[in-house]
Amino acid sequence: MKLSSLVLIFIVCNLTFSTISAFRLSRSQPTERISGSAGDVLEDDPVGRLKVFVYELPSKYNKKILQKDPRCLNHMFAAEIYMQRFLLSSPVRTLNPEEADWFYVPVYTTCDLTPNGLPLPFKSPRMMRSAIQLIASNWPYWNRTEGADHFFVVPHDFGACFHYQEEKAIGRGILTLLQRATLVQTFGQRNHVCLKEGSITVPPYAPPQKMQSHLIPEKTPRSIFVYFRGLFYDVGNDPEGGYYARGARAAVWENFKDNPLFDISTEHPTTYYEDMQRAIFCLCPLGWAPWSPRLVEAVIFGCIPVIIADDIVLPFADAIPWEDIGVFVDEKDVPYLDTILTSIPPEVILRKQRLLANPSMKQAMLFPQPAQPGDAFHQVLNGLARKLPHERSVYLRPGEKLLNWTAGPVADLKPW
Amino acid sequence: MKLSALHQSYLNRRSNSFRSPTSVDSSVDGSGKSLIALFWLILHCLCCLISLLLGFRFSRLVFFFLFSTSSTTTNLYSAPFRPDLPVKHLDVHTLGRRLDPGAATNNFTVASTTKSSRVVVGRHGIRIRPWPHPNPVEVMKAHQIIERVQKEQKSVFGVKRSKMVIAVTPTYVRTFQALHLNGVMHSLMLVPYDLVWVIVEAGGATNETASIIAKSGIRTIHVGIDQRMPNTWEDRSKLEVFMRLQALRVVKEEKLDGVVMFADDSNMHSMEFFDEIQNVKWFGTVSVGILAHSGNAEEMVLSMDKRKEMEKEAEEESSLLPVQGPACNSTDQLVGWHIFNTLPYAGKSAVYIDDVAAVLPQKLEWSGFVLNSRLLWEEAENKPEWVKDFGSLNENEGLESPLSLLKDPSMVEPLGSCGRQVLLWWLRVEARADSKFPPGWIIDPPLEITVAAKRTPWPDVPPEPPTKKKDQMPLSQGDNTVVVIPKQQQHSTKIRKPKRRSKRNKHEPKLTDTTQVSSSSSKRQERN
Repeated sequence: MKLSSLVLIFIVCNLTFSTISAFRLSRSQPTERISGSAGDVLEDDPVGRLKVFVYELPSKYNKKILQKDPRCLNHMFAAEIYMQRFLLSSPVRTLNPEEADWFYVPVYTTCDLTPNGLPLPFKSPRMMRSAIQLIASNWPYWNRTEGADHFFVVPHDFGACFHYQEEKAIGRGILTLLQRATLVQTFGQRNHVCLKEGSITVPPYAPPQKMQSHLIPEKTPRSIFVYFRGLFYDVGNDPEGGYYARGARAAVWENFKDNPLFDISTEHPTTYYEDMQRAIFCLCPLGWAPWSPRLVEAVIFGCIPVIIADDIVLPFADAIPWEDIGVFVDEKDVPYLDTILTSIPPEVILRKQRLLANPSMKQAMLFPQPAQPGDAFHQVLNGLARKLPHERSVYLRPGEKLLNWTAGPVADLKPW
Repeated sequence: MKLSALHQSYLNRRSNSFRSPTSVDSSVDGSGKSLIALFWLILHCLCCLISLLLGFRFSRLVFFFLFSTSSTTTNLYSAPFRPDLPVKHLDVHTLGRRLDPGAATNNFTVASTTKSSRVVVGRHGIRIRPWPHPNPVEVMKAHQIIERVQKEQKSVFGVKRSKMVIAVTPTYVRTFQALHLNGVMHSLMLVPYDLVWVIVEAGGATNETASIIAKSGIRTIHVGIDQRMPNTWEDRSKLEVFMRLQALRVVKEEKLDGVVMFADDSNMHSMEFFDEIQNVKWFGTVSVGILAHSGNAEEMVLSMDKRKEMEKEAEEESSLLPVQGPACNSTDQLVGWHIFNTLPYAGKSAVYIDDVAAVLPQKLEWSGFVLNSRLLWEEAENKPEWVKDFGSLNENEGLESPLSLLKDPSMVEPLGSCGRQVLLWWLRVEARADSKFPPGWIIDPPLEITVAAKRTPWPDVPPEPPTKKKDQMPLSQGDNTVVVIPKQQQHSTKIRKPKRRSKRNKHEPKLTDTTQVSSSSSKRQERN
């Protein structure tokens, strides 16, 4: 009797919660629940599901580099710095490496900046190699698995291929020492050398305070149809055209420069963030690499992202159903972009806007300091937790060696 | 950093093209590398020499295409427009090659992945469709999408239950009535909420006013009062107050339920004003921008200059637009009102309606206040105690401002983020007293006489003959341009000439440049 009544109460509670969550009215806009291929995992709490041990590397690998150039805190590769800061004070951190499920190596490989602010990746392989040598010699955990339960944050253009030019990056491939580790990177393209199976794709760093300070009232009517600001031709590096962005950005310009629906230009206005909040679609075409902070900005400002990058893998692709939220256009279909966008039914557009308005979606794209529940740090931890428990094959037999420590270009083998 | 991108692209393209897989793969070898470098240097020098000869930059791509077999498909795309490159480049540089993705053998992977990416690295063509211009059907569809999105936004973020807007306008028939009333009418037609327009007319309800407001299509209540509008601004504003109270009486009798706003017929309203007044509970006030200058441009310039001088001397920040409205403290509570400073205009303001001087507003204009119509009803539930009963109001005492309707003026709600937003503008412009205008502003039947404008070159006037008299003035010369009429047509223009001369004589005294007048008159004498 008691059991059946308990079961009844349980069923009733489940039903009420599911109906509430189906159409959750937040303070202003009705939003829809986001469930990706891994389920409703955006709001999962990783605390208690995994333990991370953070190696204590000498400060020349992290703090000193940051002191030399504090600009690293604000550029779009700053995720590696903030990840370390988050993990140091997070409840998932453990000081006992024996009970750790994952090991984190805090090395800032993307902080060697030119005067312009662009990171040079030439020393990064050596720096990574030197860090791995250090942990392999001082702790037994690397050799136990040859890095299969370690994770690294490599937010550079092509991830652990450590080069800004795609052909060179493909030529180098992923650093041999990282072949078994889990990589947390911004780059993602299917069937590409620089995207390893099992990597976690994260969004690039975008400063949360700066974006929050440019919010306009939500009732401002969206009157721009398509919005884009950025380069179409990179005259400095690709004077003849056709190379930058695989010709996709140039195609957008040539086809739509006189179209009143497309508000596209190379100027950088002071009202860039405000304009995005007044637009319905925001173009996110590829540049030299397929990812860009525009995706993050579009999600924060509620503008539907139009992603023009073939085979791109978007951040947290297993937790966020990007197909339902954004519009994907093949590069070969760029000349027909206006037809594609105007033929989307209005109900679909409204649904995408509701999904974008979901605060957990916006939170998942940000790296706020201090960390908040549901933000990108937690999504990374959720992703790591979903990969647990480790398979048996991860642990090597003693004396077994799978990685070749002398592979790769000769220049990489020099000490850092 | 990416300067040698092209250089690398050639090497790499060679390495991943299936046409020539042999020669460059061996480049990894050390000696092979130096040979390749030497070859590259020679090629570079050759291309530089050719460029010098030809006069434009000669791309090494040509060699690549010349020495390749034609087994691959080449897709020619239309040229991208590059304003910085000279036109000659286009045929050489814009050949885009799309290497066959599936068949290409991947020689560049270190880790041997079995799948090859659909995306190929290298130069791609820039795709342009045959008619790269907007399609009107799609533009229409896009606008419908935008409208749907905005409707959704409004329903989500806008006012949930909208109240009816009751607009009260005092008016009378005069030259500029059509101008002002049409302006207000178009603003009211754009209001997205239910609207009732109460128009009170001085001098009785006339057909002219009725014909103007009939074009609006909104629900109107047209009331006339017998008094005529007086000729001084002061008396006019007193009568307007009386007319507004009449309108409020109509609201009370008809038991109209909504928000009452005062739309004076020469005011300008922004659409945000109507959104903002939906938030009023009982009695609200907004900031009104005062445009106190008359139509006299000279005086405006003088007063602006004077103001600039004063600003420089006094070093005080005076805003360019005087605003009448609520004053709030830092916690957004109403503490008082900003009123119009009449000191700079002392003695220079307009007294009669057609004076060419600045027209000043009252201390507190009625148009800056809105009220819930239930305040006027006899019996309304929850009516606050700080409101005087409207029915027992004695007008003969004179109501200075709408605040006299209240016992406690501190209960007024400031709207528009506590008066920081200026949502409407006050202006009074009227024509001269002797100005005449056709009834309804329609000239019927059309005029018979058409007079040629002095400066417009008529298309049917033949151009000047090549033999000119010495004393004929050139066509464009300062203010007194004369249309030179050739001799053939003089018989027809003889009738006109005396008329023009007489007109010119009439206007001469008003010309400020006296030297030109004398020169023109002297020249005219010469011609004759």
